[in-house]
Amino acid sequence: MSEITLRVNGEARTVDVDPATPLLYVLRNDLGLRGPRFGCGLSQCGTCTVLMNGNPVRSCSRPVSRAQSTEITTLEGLSGDGGLHPVQQAWIDEQVPQCGYCQNGQILTAAALLDDNPRPTDDEIRQGMDRVLCRCMTYYRIQAAVKRAAGVMADGELER
Amino acid sequence: MSLDRAMAPWEGSTSRRDFLKTSGLFVLGFSGAGAVGVERWGFAGGAGEPAPYPDIDFLQLDSWLVVHEDGTVTFYVGKTDGGQGTGTATRQILCDELDVAYDRSELVMGRTDMTVDQGGSGGSDAIERDAMAARRVAAEARRVLLEMAAERFGVPVDGLAVSDGVVSVRADRSRTVDYGELVGGRRFDVALMGANVNATTGVASVKAVQDLRLVGQSIPRYDIPGKVDGSLEWAVDVKLPGMVHARNVRPPFAGAALVDVDESSVRDVPGLVRVVAERNYVAVVCEREEQAIEAAERLAVQWEKPASAPFPASDDLFVYMREAPPVGGGGRASTQVQGDPDAAMTSAATVVEAAYDVPFQGHTAIGPAHGLADPSDGQMTIYTNDMKPYSHRTGIAEFLGMPPEQVRVIWMDGPQLYGRTAADDAGFEAAYLAKELGRPVRMQWSREEETAWDTKGPAFAIDMRGGLDANGNVVALDYRARIANFAHVGYNQANTVLIAQLMGIRPERPSPGGGRGPDEMYHIPNRHQETRAVRFPLAFETPLRTGNLRDPNGPQTAFAGESFIDELAKAANADPIEFRLRLLRGSSQDDDAHRRARSIAVVEAAAAAYGGDPRPSPRALGSGRILTGRGIAYAYRARTTVATIAEVEVDRETGRVWVRRMVCGHDCGLVINPDGLESTVQGNLLHGISRTLYEEVRFDGERVTSVDWRTHPTLTHMDTPERIDVVIVNGDPNPGRPDLLPYGAGEPSHRTVPAAIANAIHDATGVRMRRLPLRPERVLPELKAAGV
Repeated sequence: MSEITLRVNGEARTVDVDPATPLLYVLRNDLGLRGPRFGCGLSQCGTCTVLMNGNPVRSCSRPVSRAQSTEITTLEGLSGDGGLHPVQQAWIDEQVPQCGYCQNGQILTAAALLDDNPRPTDDEIRQGMDRVLCRCMTYYRIQAAVKRAAGVMADGELER
Repeated sequence: MSLDRAMAPWEGSTSRRDFLKTSGLFVLGFSGAGAVGVERWGFAGGAGEPAPYPDIDFLQLDSWLVVHEDGTVTFYVGKTDGGQGTGTATRQILCDELDVAYDRSELVMGRTDMTVDQGGSGGSDAIERDAMAARRVAAEARRVLLEMAAERFGVPVDGLAVSDGVVSVRADRSRTVDYGELVGGRRFDVALMGANVNATTGVASVKAVQDLRLVGQSIPRYDIPGKVDGSLEWAVDVKLPGMVHARNVRPPFAGAALVDVDESSVRDVPGLVRVVAERNYVAVVCEREEQAIEAAERLAVQWEKPASAPFPASDDLFVYMREAPPVGGGGRASTQVQGDPDAAMTSAATVVEAAYDVPFQGHTAIGPAHGLADPSDGQMTIYTNDMKPYSHRTGIAEFLGMPPEQVRVIWMDGPQLYGRTAADDAGFEAAYLAKELGRPVRMQWSREEETAWDTKGPAFAIDMRGGLDANGNVVALDYRARIANFAHVGYNQANTVLIAQLMGIRPERPSPGGGRGPDEMYHIPNRHQETRAVRFPLAFETPLRTGNLRDPNGPQTAFAGESFIDELAKAANADPIEFRLRLLRGSSQDDDAHRRARSIAVVEAAAAAYGGDPRPSPRALGSGRILTGRGIAYAYRARTTVATIAEVEVDRETGRVWVRRMVCGHDCGLVINPDGLESTVQGNLLHGISRTLYEEVRFDGERVTSVDWRTHPTLTHMDTPERIDVVIVNGDPNPGRPDLLPYGAGEPSHRTVPAAIANAIHDATGVRMRRLPLRPERVLPELKAAGV
């Protein structure tokens, strides 16, 4: 066990754990976060996704020791202001989730995608989201929600 | 935290009366959506009481709903919502019937200590059956409230009006009283009637469909915001003081016997609490989750392979199924004969034959099985996403030798159900370990374990023959299915869940799963239909144990049935849609659900929405790399009728199939929430595409080799159709009737997908695919062989 300090959703958090522990278990069990969830432990499904410096990372396969000195953002901290990020609002407007278990990874991956490419084409959305799996198969609504969020965020830019 | 309140009854801190006085609805709210912190009356017993969790009496109105002093209402139903919006839809119906505003209500689902036993979820009957029982109770509550108001005002009931929980005197609208004033904080003390929970009713009648205001509106689902902002507390999130983490260690070979466990191999794993080995059930328990994962990986266990192969390899599966002797009589194997199929086949002008194969398919939930059990004070509480919490409770009580009154199950949101959590192993394992250790235990399965050992949808090998007369009319149809469905696990049975099997506890005989032919309303005068189960050498402790996978047997039987109808249409040189309509119109007889008329309506609606001119299939072969085709499949399930048209693109160079467009004509009677219905149907269709194109459980002669998302692939974003049209149809012959009922929608459209896609591939390429799944490596050789 050793003391490790993480920056999660803008706050410094110190935990005393084995440095090899996957980040996922520290976030869930030590820091009490609910957004990232266990799906495979193999980096295959995306259910455990967090953002590290804005990039989607599969926290099930990332040792906590390699998560230091990065800005970690979970679903809970996505908007940064306690409200809803435009992607989250689009998810509600499109009534995307069914069971919802995977949607953490879908939403964070979409937010990172739009950060990188604010006006993605349909193909770019498919490709950008492709490695995040959903077994309720809400892909159709997810893709509609990504488009909706892109539009809303672009309108917001124009207003500014 | 809401769970503190949820735990309160057996801690003896709250009585129901206190609850009714003090709890404002929105103070409690849905902070822990699954575990709403609401106490119920009658069992505010102290710790260690002998029967802290008695059954909830469905014959008491108070068991179904509570009106609070502020006029808000809490409803209680014994169902769970797997994400198809049945919770929201149920609230709509109940608010409508009771006349309260939707946002002045909340709903508690699937807590065995609070909600009446409606069996939990299954069969897509949440709205069709269970919400209707609750609806009749809400109508009765409204009747009683109006009588209370009549007495208060000295006005007959028909002189009163009610809107959003406020009763007013028609003759003097200034005289009003709200539900909270009438009964808030008090019991109704009204007895209900009914031979069983499904028949529960009061003396009041339900409203005419035309008088419903909330029903028919696309009210946004209440569970979605918490699933989007990270605030929802799931079953995986619950943490209790002193809780420890468990992982299973499964036999590496099906049917393997435990020889030895070397505990010294994990002695230096930090936080190790216990190694448990009971016959062939092995688990490790540690203080922290990552420690349990490490201990499970490192535990040295010696296993002995079984003397003979437990099952054939998946490559040999269909030959095995056709050659193996079927299981003898009994079970649910069935044969139905109508007319004289042998004679009709002999005299037919044309006879068509085809064989169809569907492999085992996994549930492969996005989140592996999990459960948390709290054994404190002699009781047992299980936090779970089990879709059937009531049988989870009684099954665990029986397995542990505890009275059911000391066991409760709290359903909370979890990864999709679709039948997997009808026999939820992890809750049994957590409860067993918790009782052994005397501490709360959280069990979590791994991905490899879930994909290899979850319950499987059974494999089907189906042989079909059809006879046509000289005019292209179908005169005979012969359906013979072999199903690898010999040891169905049932619902949370104490002698069929995996931990029981591994401990050597099992029923005298395995129970074959059911099976009958395709559900359609075609007029075909002579038919033979037969379904026989075949068994593997290993019936128990096998990763090929079967359970209900979304629309059990429907996709398999309809794949054969509706592919074959297209093969007959081709022989008759007919348009596949017109051919089906001719078969549906061949008789004017219908059943009490008007399934024939409603079948015609969905086929016509799908065809109209899709467009295009009638023509026989296949179309003339295209010249480009991408070949495009369309295909239809129709079916009914219970009382819901569905027709689906798929438009596919087939890449002749790679064999990849993309379903570009889907149109689904769907008649499930009265629609409660159109957007929720559309979302549910979309999920059915896409899940169907996934099973059609990708999903197959692979195994060698020793073990299942499909263990993750690479070896049991699923649909991805890349495969998503460009466009999906769900056409909601009301094909009832009297569409405006005031007693129109809702029928299930969680499964029917699922079964139409495989045949619609296979028919579309045939339309595009002229190649008939008769074995699922239609992965590129299976499609490409068929295209090459046909010279496409």
